[in-house]
Amino acid sequence: MAQITLKPTKVPELYLECYNITPDAFAGKSLRQIAELDAHEGKTKVTLGDYFEISGQSGNTAQETTINIDGDCSRIKYIGNKMTAGSITINGNADMYVGGWMKGGKIHVMGNVDSFCGIAMEGGEIVVEGDAQNHVGCAYRGDWRGMRGGTIRIKGSAGNDIGTFMLGGTIIIEKDAFIHVSTHAEGGTVIIKGNVQGRVGGQMVKGDIYVLGSVQYMLPGFKKVGSVEQKIDGTEASFTHYIGDLGERHPKSKGKEVYANLYVQEA
Amino acid sequence: MAEILIKNGFVIDPTRNINGDVTDIAIKDGQIVESVGSKAKVIDANGKVVMAGGVDIHSHVAGPKVNVGRLMRPEDKLFKSPHNQKNYRMESGFSIPSTFKTGYDYARMGYAFVMEAAMPPLHSPHVHEEIHDTPIIDQAALPVFGNSWFVLEYLKNEEIDNCAAYIAWLLKVTKGFGIKVVNPGGSSAWAWGLNCLTLSDPVPYFDITPGEIIKGLMKTNEYLGLPHSMHIHQNDLGNPGNYEITLESLRLAEGVATKNNFGRDTVMHSTHIQFHSYGGDSWGTFESKAREVMDYVNKQKNISIDLGCVTLDETTTMTADGPFEHHITNLNHLKWANTDVELETAAGVVPYVYDKDIKVNGIQWAIGLEMGLYAADPMRTFITTDHPNAGPFTRYPRIIKWLMSKQAREETLASFKHTDKVIDATNIHSMDRELSLFEIAQMTRAGPAKALGLASMFGGLGVGMDANVGIFDLNVKDMPADPEAIEKAFARACWFIKSGEIIVKDGDIVSHGNKRTIWVKPNVAENPQVIRDIQDKFLKDYTVGSDTYEVRDYLAPNPYVIEFDVEA
Repeated sequence: MAQITLKPTKVPELYLECYNITPDAFAGKSLRQIAELDAHEGKTKVTLGDYFEISGQSGNTAQETTINIDGDCSRIKYIGNKMTAGSITINGNADMYVGGWMKGGKIHVMGNVDSFCGIAMEGGEIVVEGDAQNHVGCAYRGDWRGMRGGTIRIKGSAGNDIGTFMLGGTIIIEKDAFIHVSTHAEGGTVIIKGNVQGRVGGQMVKGDIYVLGSVQYMLPGFKKVGSVEQKIDGTEASFTHYIGDLGERHPKSKGKEVYANLYVQEA
Repeated sequence: MAEILIKNGFVIDPTRNINGDVTDIAIKDGQIVESVGSKAKVIDANGKVVMAGGVDIHSHVAGPKVNVGRLMRPEDKLFKSPHNQKNYRMESGFSIPSTFKTGYDYARMGYAFVMEAAMPPLHSPHVHEEIHDTPIIDQAALPVFGNSWFVLEYLKNEEIDNCAAYIAWLLKVTKGFGIKVVNPGGSSAWAWGLNCLTLSDPVPYFDITPGEIIKGLMKTNEYLGLPHSMHIHQNDLGNPGNYEITLESLRLAEGVATKNNFGRDTVMHSTHIQFHSYGGDSWGTFESKAREVMDYVNKQKNISIDLGCVTLDETTTMTADGPFEHHITNLNHLKWANTDVELETAAGVVPYVYDKDIKVNGIQWAIGLEMGLYAADPMRTFITTDHPNAGPFTRYPRIIKWLMSKQAREETLASFKHTDKVIDATNIHSMDRELSLFEIAQMTRAGPAKALGLASMFGGLGVGMDANVGIFDLNVKDMPADPEAIEKAFARACWFIKSGEIIVKDGDIVSHGNKRTIWVKPNVAENPQVIRDIQDKFLKDYTVGSDTYEVRDYLAPNPYVIEFDVEA
């Protein structure tokens, strides 16, 4: 597999929008052509070559292209935007929108990510070794079509608005989460292995949430219906099963109303 | 102002019955003239079509509900807003474009005039501010009257003269153009959580019926002799089986005579008729009644219609038909905005995705085109999408392609998931008619200009008319075999000249032009009763005072006022 290495050469004064750092954009291009790809710093159009030292070789297709970013991307947005295949490794932190609108391939972030990681994702895999800020796997603001597929794994903790308007796919937060999980969701699975403060499943129509720690404040729209034993992401445990959000509309399947499920591990 | 001479083009001008003749068009001081001097700028239109600037009779492009749509749908701008541009302003949005994009996109399609189709009078200052912010195109706005407390009370008592005096006053203070009626009585009933779905449903409290409102406003319109006819969005929009109430409403125009000095022959403009031509009694039995409605429209010479074609896009519905928007949000479960405009009207906004794989959407698409293809008189049948309700106005070139090419229609039809079911519920598959460029010019230029009473300025290329000229890359002697070329040609004019100034060159905007706001000022004899009623309502019912209600002149800084005296 062919690999391109990007080494940041300077810190942008504003935040840099690197929507072209994707295996799709790099595939089949020479180092010079890659250096000439557009980026934006505020309203100013720049090129990738202005901010990175680029070495290695790209593959013929996105599938055959690996991108390795050797350095900190704390001020770089949109890495892996809309990518369909191949892989990206970020050896450091990244700013907002890592893997936004991603359809396939893999992104591995060794540090932390800012907000909107995996926004409106359709497929592929994102693994973040550190923490994520807010809006992991959420919908674009205003849109009712959120994450549809793929997997996001945050090995640290995450902030608010996880999986808003989620329709499919899986989000795993290995430590704690703040508030608003799967708001308005109509599918998909969110697993929080630590504690979450509250507002879990608000206006949720369909889909599943697992909390392996505790929910500090439960929403009144969820009703306890029983207890189940289940193995979730390698952990076998018994969970209290709630359905909801009872204040929201629910579709019918075979004459029965379908609810969203919230499973909270029993202490 | 510079002189321009457009040479060698195939001119298509229904107002002078010119159909593809190669003649020159001379422009001086913003008008079409007989001839210009030797120093005039020459534009070679060899092998290209030359038409008057387009006239859009019905489009929601300015005002509070358009802005609510923009606010509630940031996703409409996602990936559709290019970064900074060299010579002109940032553009954003698709179904609810920014004001600048609205002006630019109409100009790129060669349109010169656009009617904002529903102005809530209370919010008319906002409408005019947005019109002012929309570059290039001349615009006017139709205030809504079909649910106004004043109008309902006057018409209940058959006081046409009082209703006329009120409307004359309101057109003046809101800088409005004519009489728009949206779901007569129904939007007023919505304040009680009700609707008026037939012409005889009584309006709560006012005890008047939609039929009486329609008849009364037609009479009032002709009493005043306004440039445009009464412009109506009928009751029971969008429901299976509504074609019967549509025909019943159209029949109210029988026997009503026109009275105006603007060359208008019609007394009723029935807008987005596609939404009102549905058969069946449920979504399962939903079918086209385009033929039934158009048979009537074709023989009843004093009505005009516009199509309201569904373009199969993701769009934003917005209308003063408040109960209808509530109905839509219950169908598609998407976000909904709703408002009540005090004594005047209501409104709602809901996003909608017309999906070619949904049977009903496919049938709606077919109905809009069928109505255009059944039209016997293209001078009374106009192309619209009820922008943005059935699709964005930027799809007009695509509608023109479908109307001009059976091949294009068949290709789209074949791409549906339920092609056979759509064919069973419509007639489009058996229709071979392909409209000519001359008929398209009638439907998009000469026709709407005449129905608006603006035929002396817009819609043609006769001497003395406004110099609005579009030049399109189509050769009438050698029309393209590929229908996509028709869409492409109308989507980006080679040249567009507006009021004598070059605005578009090779499909790109080169100037912000000199836009105007056109409004109508009918002078009626002073009517003390109406003056007292207005004062009374502002004291008792409105949340604003009459002194803050008026649209100040600075909000419409480039006015073109059509002022005339009404003979009692």
